[in-house]
Order: sequence, then C-alpha cells, then structure tokens
Amino acid sequence: MANKIKIRVRVPKTAKKGQLIEIKTLISHNMESGQRKNKKGGKHPRKIVNKFVCKYNGKEVFVSDWHPAISANPYLAFFIRAEESGKLEFSWTDDDGSVYTKTASIQVN
Amino acid sequence: MTYKSAAAYVVGGLVALGMLASASAPMAEGYENMVGDKKSGYHYSTPATQSIQDDDFNNPSFLWVDQGEQLWSKVDGKAGKSCATCHDAAAKSMKGVGATYPKIDAKSGKLINIEQRINSCRKNNMQAKPWKWESNQLLGMTAFVKLQSRGMPVNVSIDGAAKPYYEKGKNFYNQRRGMLDMSCSGCHVENAGKMVRADLLSNGFSNGFPTYRLKWQKLGSLHRRFRGCNKNIRAQPYKAGSDEYTALELFVTHRSNGLKVESPSVRR
Ligand code: HEC
Ligand code: HEC
Repeated sequence: MANKIKIRVRVPKTAKKGQLIEIKTLISHNMESGQRKNKKGGKHPRKIVNKFVCKYNGKEVFVSDWHPAISANPYLAFFIRAEESGKLEFSWTDDDGSVYTKTASIQVN
Repeated sequence: MTYKSAAAYVVGGLVALGMLASASAPMAEGYENMVGDKKSGYHYSTPATQSIQDDDFNNPSFLWVDQGEQLWSKVDGKAGKSCATCHDAAAKSMKGVGATYPKIDAKSGKLINIEQRINSCRKNNMQAKPWKWESNQLLGMTAFVKLQSRGMPVNVSIDGAAKPYYEKGKNFYNQRRGMLDMSCSGCHVENAGKMVRADLLSNGFSNGFPTYRLKWQKLGSLHRRFRGCNKNIRAQPYKAGSDEYTALELFVTHRSNGLKVESPSVRR
C-alpha cells in the first residue's frame, strides 16, 4: 500500500487516573530498507519511517527512532500512564520528510 | 523476548523496545481449527505468528480490509453504483458467501472464484473497470467479503457442472511437474508435518486466504501462493486468475471443506 498511507491506532476510550494503558498502532508503509537490489544491479533507495512520537496533551511521552530491518507495515504497542483527559497525538516521520499523523482522545476519571 | 513480557514491540522488526517494562501485554487466545484429521495451516504456524492473527488489530491484513470496506459503498463506473447500492450491508448480504467459492456462475456456466465474482459485478453490474489481480483494491475487497464468512465452515460444491473442473484440479494437484519433478500432493499430502528446508509443511488448505504473509509483507491471493509453490519446484507458474488455477482452487478448497474460514489469516 505504497500510494496511500493508512494508520490504525487503538486507545482505550476511558481509563482510571494512574492506570497503565496499552496503546497499539499500525501504519501501512513499505519500509524499503535500502539493501534490496533492483533489476539493474543497483539498490532500491532507502525509504522508511525513521521516527515515531506520541504526545499526550502536547507533551512527548513516547519517542522511538526506527532503523532499516523493521518490517513493512510496522506495528508498535506500548504503555503509558493515564494522567488526565485529553488528546493523544501520534506521528510517524518518513525519510522523505513527510509526517503522517493521527489523534485519539481519552477520558480519565 | 516473549510476547508476555514485552512492554513494547514492533512485529517482524528487529527492534525491541523494552524501556517501559512495567506491565505485560496479554497473550492473545489461540483457537482450534481442526475437523477430523484436517488441521488448518494456523496450527503449523509458530505461536508468534499465530498471535498476530489472533488479534485483528495486530493483523496487518486489516489495513486492506478497511480499504475494502470503504470501497464497498464508493460509487464507481458508468452505471453510477456502488456495491452497497445492490447488496446493502455486507455483514448480511455477504455472510457465508465467501465460504462457497469457487462456484459455477449461473450466467456463463463457468467456474469462477470470489475475485472473479467481484470483478464480474464491477464489469457487468457497475460498468466499472475490473480491478487488477493482486491490486490492493481487489485484495481488500476479497478480504472484506470473505471476512463476512469468518468462523463458518468452508463449503464448496463439486456437483453438476463443477465436477469436470474438480477433476481437472485434482489432476493438476497430483501431477508431478517442474525441475524437481514434484506434485502438490508430494508435499502437502505425503509429507505434511515434516520440514522442507526451513518450512514446516502444512496440508496446504485454502481457508485462510487472502493471507498476510510475513515473507510478502503484504496481503496476497491464493493464486499468488500457487505461483510461489509452482516456482519453488522450478515449474512454470500459470497466470493468477487462469482457468488452471481456478480449477486447482476448487480442488484445494474442496479439500478444505469443513475447516473454518480464517480469512484474512497471517502466515510466515
Ligand atoms: C447493479 C447491482 C449490483 C452491483 C452494483 C454489484 N452487484 Fe454483486 N451481484 C449482483 C447480482 C444481481 C448478483 C447475483 C449474481 C448475478 O446474477 O450476477 C451479485 C452477486 C454477487 C456476489 C456473489 C453472491 C453469491 O451469493 O454468490 C458477490 C460476492 C458480489 N456480487 C459482490 C459484489 C461487489 C464486491 C460489488 C462492488 C464492487 C458488487 N457486487 C456490485 C448485483 C450487483
Ligand atoms: C516442495 C514442497 C511444496 C510443493 C510441491 C507445493 N507446496 Fe504448497 N507450500 C509449501 C510450503 C513450504 C508452504 C508453507 C508452509 C505450509 O503451509 O505448508 C506451502 C504453502 C501452501 C499453501 C498455504 C497454506 C496456508 O495455510 O496458508 C497452499 C494453499 C499451498 N501451499 C498449495 C500448494 C499447491 C496447490 C501446490 C501444487 C501446485 C503446492 N502447494 C505445492 C511447499 C510446497
């Protein structure tokens, strides 16, 4: 699905204050490693998502740098602590500078 | 790193992010898909691969399913119609349909599989261009339609006009071919449960297709799998969508009768 990036995120709608919640994300991306040979004997240029960031009400709570050898359509799951109601923003940065984003809201009681 | 202890992980990648190791991700429940001595390919997968299939969120096939669902109600073609115009809600109209293909098409009298059925609706009922084989659109729609039969037993008929196709498929299945001079049955019947190089051989059932193969890093059709299995024994593969492969699909799917539809599955 090279042409159109699709993103799925799963965030619990509600959580108790202080609770650890699991966030799941999936993005459609070829993650071209730069190692694969093309028919002419050269290499397919590298084009991967190299950074993932999750912000919680504007504050970075999870950041990870990605490198070649991550599979296509990468799935990432992680835990954060629910502190307050608000917005979670997810962003994936591509080698070509594009940034793919998605947001979700959560209610904390 | 096991799935149980992992706090954060990227499936298939070599990166393990263990910095938040405070809670545990629950291991998704597996399920049984066996009837008599038939065992779905699921049971030959490693627990790690199974766990990707067990949770629809982890299963990357659903990126395609989402696309299929959107296309379902998208107007396309000269007739100004969408699938939903005639078929309404897929959850109702397509329930069980995917489990019965390939099937004889009443109009043409020919055997068609689900991809061909979808494309015939596009061509004849929507006056839209048929989707290319293995395109994201056709894979997405096929997965979306077959998902409506998930959990139902595969149930294809080989009676009447389907019989000659079944016989043709059976001959194909049992015929040795390629530089390695092997038949499908040589691997999937006689040697199921054994290793062939690094792969554990299953019975080669079709109940999980289209399938997300980790090797392909995308969703793929049953005919793509046939092509791969033909190439592995250095035989000339047929075209996806060819009459040969559709007849073969009928034979293979009839072998799978009774197993639950798992589409879209995840395989190595
Ligand atoms: C103009 C109405 C119309 C549209 C639009 C249409 N179909 Fe159909 N479809 C039919 C009819 C009628 C049948 C019954 C078989 C036949 O005579 O073609 C059928 C049969 C089918 C079947 C087989 C059902 C079975 O029980 O075997 C599938 C699957 C299907 N359509 C999928 C689709 C998809 C996917 C789309 C959109 C890409 C679509 N159809 C668009 C009218 C339509
Ligand atoms: C040299 C051995 C070999 C031969 C011959 C062979 N295959 Fe396969 N096939 C494999 C391997 C290995 C796999 C992947 C592991 C598994 O599911 O068995 C596979 C997988 C499959 C699958 C997918 C099963 C699933 O659950 O996803 C199908 C369907 C299949 N083969 C059909 C065929 C057909 C039809 C033929 C004949 C055209 C054939 N194979 C010939 C080795 C073979």
